This record gives sequence, structure tokens and C-alpha cells, in this order.
Amino acid sequence: MEARLKLRNTKSILFKAIVIFFAFLVTIPLIVVLLFIIKQGAMQINWHFLTNVPVPEGEKGGGIANAIVGSFLIITVASVISIPIGILTGIYLSENPGTKLSYFTGLCVDILQGVPSIIIGIVVYFWLVKPLGFSGYSGSIALAIMMLPIVIRSTEQTLLLLPPSLKEAALALGVPYHMVILKVILPCGFAGISSGIILSIARIIGETAPLLFTAFGDNHLNLNMGKAMESIPRLIYTYATSAYEEQINMAWGASFILLMIVLFLNLFTKFITKKWNIQF
Amino acid sequence: MEHPVLSSTKFNAWFGSNHVVKDVSMAIEKNQVIAVMGPSGCGKTTFLRCINRMHELIPGASTKGSIKLYADDVYTMNPIFVRYKIGMVFQRPNPFPNLSIYDNVIAGYKLNGLKISKTEQNDIVEKSLTSAALWNEVKDSLHKKGTFLSGGQQQRLCIARAIAMEPEVILFDEPTSALDPISTASIETLFNELKEKFTLIVVTHNMQQAARISNKTAFFYMGELVEFDNTKKMFTSPNDTRTQNYITGRFS
Repeated sequence: MEARLKLRNTKSILFKAIVIFFAFLVTIPLIVVLLFIIKQGAMQINWHFLTNVPVPEGEKGGGIANAIVGSFLIITVASVISIPIGILTGIYLSENPGTKLSYFTGLCVDILQGVPSIIIGIVVYFWLVKPLGFSGYSGSIALAIMMLPIVIRSTEQTLLLLPPSLKEAALALGVPYHMVILKVILPCGFAGISSGIILSIARIIGETAPLLFTAFGDNHLNLNMGKAMESIPRLIYTYATSAYEEQINMAWGASFILLMIVLFLNLFTKFITKKWNIQF
Repeated sequence: MEHPVLSSTKFNAWFGSNHVVKDVSMAIEKNQVIAVMGPSGCGKTTFLRCINRMHELIPGASTKGSIKLYADDVYTMNPIFVRYKIGMVFQRPNPFPNLSIYDNVIAGYKLNGLKISKTEQNDIVEKSLTSAALWNEVKDSLHKKGTFLSGGQQQRLCIARAIAMEPEVILFDEPTSALDPISTASIETLFNELKEKFTLIVVTHNMQQAARISNKTAFFYMGELVEFDNTKKMFTSPNDTRTQNYITGRFS
């Protein structure tokens, strides 16, 4: 009896140790990657690097201002396209569960989420770029398609968690349906919906494949989204495989910037959910 | 002849094919507290939710018959207008968590886009919170979120929110079943004051509560209105044996 109890105790301690070990293990890749990028990239970062455009191959200096501005513009337009559509679709899905349309839409959203980004890039290339040429806008559309499923699902999940009594309270006051959604349901789901949006931005900011076919790239600072446009991930892709030391270093610097943005967006999401989370 | 505040005639309600309210006819006079009691699943809450047309919001729900507010059939009126005139307080306190106490009280105006001046707003807030016996407790924290209040205070805030719209009738769906005895007592006292201005219909599981608070009591059983009479008479010499059995605890 005594021996069996001891064995059981040992087993449960062993089990706990294994779980802790693996929980710790998964943090290692992140930390190693982070440290490596910081080591390689941080020293590239200075004011010159952030505010100048690339110089011709082989020359010293130059920066990635064109890529930062390009990424910013492309993602802003992608957000403007996908956020309203995503939130409205999410509202439909959470308000009408069980209908045929919501089943079909939900299915499409799930499949869209699984479509490889390069395929979205090719499709946009055939539809937009072939007839109209490379442009920042076509890149935005490709990224908007990638953002959509995340925005839709996070809106839907957030709204489904709100207690039904909230909606009833508003309806019982004679509030019309659209005002219930706009003034009660959406504000109460604000934290969840906005963190979903930010996570979707963090998710697409590093997407390279769809931009290769669409926004293409440009070594000059370009504010015209109707033309080809540089972006941070595409710059990393091009420069990392360059034969020139300077360009490889620029790729490290750009990687560092990209990683910092993603890190910041993720931490910002945590902050939002904490700060604006609504207590019921 | 003056119309009763509310009168239902041969009113029926269904969830899909489930017939939950059967041929209910009753007339409710002004400034009364009406208790509606009956065992679980007897249709009392459904009937209550039919009065302000909340029942029809559930997919598959349907109704037949008429419920009149004075001379107007509730089912031919705009449901939004019906709900202005017939307020509701729910089982669980449900103040809007994104709004302050102040904004919760005037939520009926704000969310409906009804324009009222700042002084009017202040008046309505103070008057409604006073009527709901909450003013003294919250007057220094009107701009804090309503969800910081205790459960009983939240329920009184919900009552204030209903009162603010100056309805004819206020429906209460088991308003104290989620509250502790002290909060329950304070809300029961409140009913007595509220009936000066409004007509109250209170669904309750609790027979003692029905006896304490109401002038008249309705007993529902299996979707039917078995008996509707003065509370005193209902609890001393009911006409129907089913009522008798219920109040003596022979079935639940």
C-alpha cells in the first residue's frame, strides 16, 4: 500500500515535470530568434536608416524609408477595406447562428483562412495587376483578403460571448435593432473586436508572397498607391539574398523593425483587452 | 366606460409547435400590483414577454389573440412604441456595462435618439433614481459605471431605467430571484411606492412574495390562467382546486 502510494506520487511529480519542461521548451525558439535578430539588426538602426531610401548596390549608407512608408500605406488601405466588411460580417454571423447563409459564410471564412497567401497573391495578380499594372492598391487588396477571416471570426466570437440579457435590456427600452447593435453590442465588444483587428494586422504585416505579385517594389520613396510600392517584408526578401554585405545588413535591420512592430502590436493587444475589457 | 390599463382576450402563444400560453383573458386596472405565480414552465414568463412583444423576438415564436393597452391593440402598434409604454425589468440585473449610472438611467432616451436638454436629463435622472430608492446611495458616483454597484443596487438601477421612460406599465420577470434577502426586501418595499404612479405586473416563483406585494394575483398552470382574483381571496379561499393545491404546496 505504502509503496503504491509512493509510486503514484512519483508518477504525478514526473508528469508535472514533463509538462513544465515542454512549456519552457516552446519559449526557446522565440527567445533565440529574437536575440539573433536583435544582435544582427539593432546596430543597423539609426536615424539615417529610418529616413533614407536605398542607395545603388555596392555603395555605403541608405535606408528603408520607402519600405516603411509603403508597408504603412498598403496596410492602412487594407484595413480600411477589410475592417468594415469584417465587422459587419462578424455581426451577421453572431446574430444569426444556424441560418443557411451563416453556415455557408462561416465555411467560406474558415476556408479563406486556410488559403495559402501565395495563391491569394496570384489571383490578385491575374485580376488586377495584369490589366492595371503593379500597384500599392493591389497589394492592399491581397492583404485585405488575408485580414478578413481573422477580423470576421474575432468579431463573431467576441459578440457571441456577450450575455443575451444585454440585448434584451436595450430592446425592452424600445431601442431599434440597429441602435442596439451600434450603441450597445459593438461598444461592449470593443476590446475584443479591436484586439482582433490589431492581431490581424500583426499577422499580415510580414506577408511577403502576396506582395511579390502585387505591390512589387520600388527603390524610391513613393506615396502614389497607384504605382508599384516597396514594403518591409519584400525588401527583406530581396536584400537578404543579395551578394552585397550592405544590403544583407539592411535586410537584418528591416527584420528587426518588422519584429519590433509585431511585438509591439501583440503587447498592445494585451494592453487593450486589459484596459477596455468590460465587466458584467 | 374607462378601459383597463391592460386587457388580454383569448391570448395564445407558441414556441414552434409548443403551445405555452392558452386562451388567457384578463383585465388589469390602473395602479395595482399584480403578481403572476405558477410552477416552472407554466407560461407565466412567456405571457409577460408577450405583453411588451419581447416574445416574438425568439425565432419560431408566434401569438394569437389580443392584448390591449387601454383601447389600442399592442399587436397592431409599433413594437418600439409598445416598449416605451410598457417597461420591463429582468430576472438578472442587466445595466449597460459600457455606460455610467447616469447614462444607464437615461439610456431609453439616448439610445432612441430622443433629444432632451441637459437640465431635463438631470431632472429625469434624479427623479427616477429617487423613485427607485437609489438616489442617496449613488448621487456622488453618478458617473461611475453601473456595474460597480451591488446586485440589489443594479436591479434598482434597472428599475430606474424603466421608470425614466414614464411607462404606463412595468413588467417584472422574477426581479428578486437573483438577489439576497435584504435587497429583495428593499425592492418589495419599492413596489408599494411605485404603484402610486405605475401599474406593476410581477412574475414570481415565490408565493410569500406574491402575498406580500400584490393587490391581485394570477395563477398560471400548464399555460392556462387558472384563477385571477384579489390576493387575499386567492390565498384564503381560492375557487379552483388547482390553486388550492398549489398554495398549500401539494404540487409544485
